[in-house]
Amino acid sequence: MLENGWNSFEIGTILRPFEGTVSDIVNTEPEDRAYSQSNSFSISVADWRIEKPLLNLDSCIHCQFCWIYCPDMSIVSRDKKMVAIDFDHCKGCGICVEVCPTDALLMFPEHTDEAVALANWPTAKNEESKEN
Amino acid sequence: MADLFELSDVEVWDGNMAASHALRQAQVDVVAAYPITPSTPIVENYGSFMANGYVDGEYVMAESEHGAMSCCIGASAAGGRVATATSSQGFALMLETLYSASGMRLPILLNVVNRAIAAPLNVNGDHSDMYMGRDSGWIQIDCYNPQHVYDMNLVAFRVAEDHEIRLPAMVHQDGFMTSHTAQRVNTLPDDVAYNFIGEFKPMNDMLDLDNPVTHGAQTEEDWHYEHKARQHHALMSAVLPKIQNAFDELKALTGREYNFVEQYNMEDAELAVVCMGTSVETAIEVSNELREQGVQAGVVGIRVFRPFPLEQISDALKNTKAIATLDRSSPNGAMGMLFNEISGALFNTGTKAILNNYIYGLGGRDLTKVNLHTIYRDLAKNAQSGQLMTPLQQFTGLRGPKLSFF
Repeated sequence: MLENGWNSFEIGTILRPFEGTVSDIVNTEPEDRAYSQSNSFSISVADWRIEKPLLNLDSCIHCQFCWIYCPDMSIVSRDKKMVAIDFDHCKGCGICVEVCPTDALLMFPEHTDEAVALANWPTAKNEESKEN
Repeated sequence: MADLFELSDVEVWDGNMAASHALRQAQVDVVAAYPITPSTPIVENYGSFMANGYVDGEYVMAESEHGAMSCCIGASAAGGRVATATSSQGFALMLETLYSASGMRLPILLNVVNRAIAAPLNVNGDHSDMYMGRDSGWIQIDCYNPQHVYDMNLVAFRVAEDHEIRLPAMVHQDGFMTSHTAQRVNTLPDDVAYNFIGEFKPMNDMLDLDNPVTHGAQTEEDWHYEHKARQHHALMSAVLPKIQNAFDELKALTGREYNFVEQYNMEDAELAVVCMGTSVETAIEVSNELREQGVQAGVVGIRVFRPFPLEQISDALKNTKAIATLDRSSPNGAMGMLFNEISGALFNTGTKAILNNYIYGLGGRDLTKVNLHTIYRDLAKNAQSGQLMTPLQQFTGLRGPKLSFF
């Protein structure tokens, strides 16, 4: 796309979300969609974050609150089971942690090692750490 | 299927009715409108055609002109043939969305019935709204009578919707002078008019669900400049040839000839008046009277206002001795638009013509034949002496002490 000059893109300030023709896109999982280079899905915003949410599946009850509330569709869930967080598109807003009823999601500094965080995961609801 | 509307070969229509019938014959898919004087009857007539079964499509009553043009943008991006009409304050309220329509390359047709812009409040005709639109990226075609309005609507649809163009177009007529003055209009049968325009061919339409597309994307400094350059390139390079092609085919079909720059008595003219709208027809009468007295007086009327036909206007004027540019819009602190544009067109041609500027007819003030005779007398003085003997800018037909500048 960066090689384009004024005369070599499609007219009309249009962008195509997918490469080529698509069919039944609603029932196609994101990882199976042919997203175009100009689609936001193809661009990482990971460096917007200073804090990140981490997921501990041992505490998760798969209520899907985080999936519903995430403003950037960065909660990956399949068949109503939590899978992961999409760290290419999560901006670290913390809404998922705020709505999580079980502390399966907690915010950590961006540089925190995930394995270390999971090994030291708080077992009970810790109001004091949440207020901090 | 819409009913056939039986038309006589010659109808007595005002400019608004001529526009309404052109929209009906084009079988527009969506008209979204917020009617405003003096353009109201265009969409009013159209609504009545629809209610009586002469049109298939949708008529949307919007909550404002901003909303009307926004509806038109949505409908056009969705993939329909779209048109509306407005004037004056309504045009001003549409202005933001006009830039969206052209930047998104949506071939919407807008009939603009030219009217003064408040304050003071005034429903009568001048060219303030037309001038306001001139940097908006639309094609702008000007009409001098209802026949032109009918013909130019057909031409505008055809050019705007061409896939090599894809730009919105305005068809301008003078408020009341053209819009409410019934004259003879030669018509085309519905099928002939429709075939002249051609069937609407969608491009990147949002209703093509197999090829999803985002319209009106944000670009910031990365791509904005390139998009604007591409749009300007289309206006500068592609539009005039397509309009010429449409003019040629219209002439073959009807015998009626149109040009980017209309010339009357200009073959050997020494004195030329350049103007737009109904004033052109008054100036032609005066030029004919002067010809009988042996004065080599001619008239140049701008037909295609945007893209500006720079080469054609310079060709029409460079051999004259004195030129008056008549602007029917207050320049508010500058020379009139036509003075500036025509100066630019002539500056590198080596012409020795003396150029001056008249502001006239604001808010519907008549431009009389007496006014025009005075202007031609000024031109004769400038031509004879080979230098500017009159002020550079004068107000014509104004009450009170004479007003002029430079």
